[in-house]
Amino acid sequence: MAASKGAIWVIAETNADGSLAKSSTEVATLARTLAEAAKTEAAGIVVAADPKTAAAELADYVPRVVAIAEKAADGNAWSQVAAQRAAAILTDETPAAVLSGAGPDGRDVAGTLAALLERPVLVNATAVAWADGGPSVEMSVFGGKLVTTSAFADGEWGIVTVRPNVVTAEKAKAAGKVEPGKADGELALPVVKIVERIEEAASALPIEEARIIVSGGRGVGGEEGFKLVQEIADELGGAVGATRAAVDSGWIPYAQQIGQTGKIVKPQLYLALGISGAIQHKVGMQTAGTIIGVNRDPDAPIAEFADLVVVGDLFEVGKALLEALRAR
Amino acid sequence: MQIVVLTKPVPDPAAAAERLTSDGRLDRAASPAVINGNDEYVLEAALKLVEAHGGEVTLLSMAPPNAVETMRKGLAMGAHKGVLVTDPALVGSDQGSTIQVLSAALGELEYDLVLAGFDTSDGVGGVVGAAIATRLKLPYLSSAAKIEPDPDAGTVRVRRISPTGFDILEAPMPALIVGTQLLGEPRYPSLKGIMAARSKEIVTRTLADLGLDAGAVGGAAARTKVTGQEKPPARGATQVIRGTPEEGAKAIVELLAARRLI
Repeated sequence: MAASKGAIWVIAETNADGSLAKSSTEVATLARTLAEAAKTEAAGIVVAADPKTAAAELADYVPRVVAIAEKAADGNAWSQVAAQRAAAILTDETPAAVLSGAGPDGRDVAGTLAALLERPVLVNATAVAWADGGPSVEMSVFGGKLVTTSAFADGEWGIVTVRPNVVTAEKAKAAGKVEPGKADGELALPVVKIVERIEEAASALPIEEARIIVSGGRGVGGEEGFKLVQEIADELGGAVGATRAAVDSGWIPYAQQIGQTGKIVKPQLYLALGISGAIQHKVGMQTAGTIIGVNRDPDAPIAEFADLVVVGDLFEVGKALLEALRAR
Repeated sequence: MQIVVLTKPVPDPAAAAERLTSDGRLDRAASPAVINGNDEYVLEAALKLVEAHGGEVTLLSMAPPNAVETMRKGLAMGAHKGVLVTDPALVGSDQGSTIQVLSAALGELEYDLVLAGFDTSDGVGGVVGAAIATRLKLPYLSSAAKIEPDPDAGTVRVRRISPTGFDILEAPMPALIVGTQLLGEPRYPSLKGIMAARSKEIVTRTLADLGLDAGAVGGAAARTKVTGQEKPPARGATQVIRGTPEEGAKAIVELLAARRLI
């Protein structure tokens, strides 16, 4: 069955400047790995008003890229426009599988494609292998308490959304080819206009991409307290994260929230200051390489899953830590 | 305004009692259910909108019969009525079934807005909203931090979280909106609300009521399957340091150095 199947396709996302999104470099790397195992080809689709830059970048990862220049992708909500153009190609190609990111745009594209093509979908993959002629998809469910493996039913192909930071992006040995794709035909779904774009003073590095994260919780006490968190993060070359309590209090933007209703991160080091480690926060950071907590309460839940817990006042320990780091 | 809020009962994350049966389905008897956390944010937004513009909020769930218990909490927060789609044939549904069934149930309801939470805490998928909007050909506005309808103009504006800030989206109503935590803290049910919820109506609908064939959805028609389950690998032992701040700092620096993080 596998031999007659089509390619493993990636629906790419682009950044505001037209470059390829980091999550798409990861998903494209995964598609290439799976294609090798499935003895088929990996291919990608870029839909943008000007797809040139992202398509060229995507060709560093997969041998075949279809670049669709779609005017409606500019000035309108992207995902449904992109999904409709991608659906037209995938209808012709009969893929072996389709992959997208599991972030806000990737999941929107996946949901739309699933409905347009009437295909099953597996979500938020933490790993994907190729087995028995289809993707074998590992997922972390119930806040990380269980790891399940799922597959599409026999003879089905479907769409898989892939969580950021679970694959290390790696370019192919040789660059692939970019071909233009069609952007004709009516867009049947309602087009949603973007009437205004508001740029915020963005933090230097998206928190999902940080190698080191220093996070503060309710115990940090306020914006003033987060200055110490920031200083430690600067000293370690990391980014600042926070719990929902700190975000709800207005001490730090939502973009930096880690946990169930915020971001899910997997840094090499997670330093938690004044964070109890309640399940709602734990689900966002429990797969970090090294977890260190500083907390007054030795019985806080973080003591159950951290590598090291320092019992004490976060300001006193934090200041001592800054001095110790600077003295090195 | 008529607003339908999609709510999913999920195993209570705080209870941490989730487990799967041998056939890969959630053992619902083992774990108490609550309204999915992200659904509470959109419910709160819906309640504020009808407070400002008039109208009613209807909760819509596809779940086992005992979901009336979790729906009561939404009614206690202030939703006006509930619709529960429940049918023995729906056991073992995949996302595709959920999408078909909720779309069919929405077909029987009148609404200006359908609201759904960003994702659910059990599987963290977040694809059902987009798929329902697509099936019903509704304008789809996602990652909402703010929802501002203009009932006179028949349009709605959404402040959508973007990687670099926010995009302001606009679309005609009816529309389907997926919302986030930035919509604001959900209210706690008041005692009055809890009392009032007891007499609010929860309509139960079966697949036959919705005109759906029991063989075309649910476990019988599932196009995905769970092939394995295991506990995640355990983390190593925790080292606990009690002492002066300097001793604590020293222990941190030593661990960072040992693991080549500095």
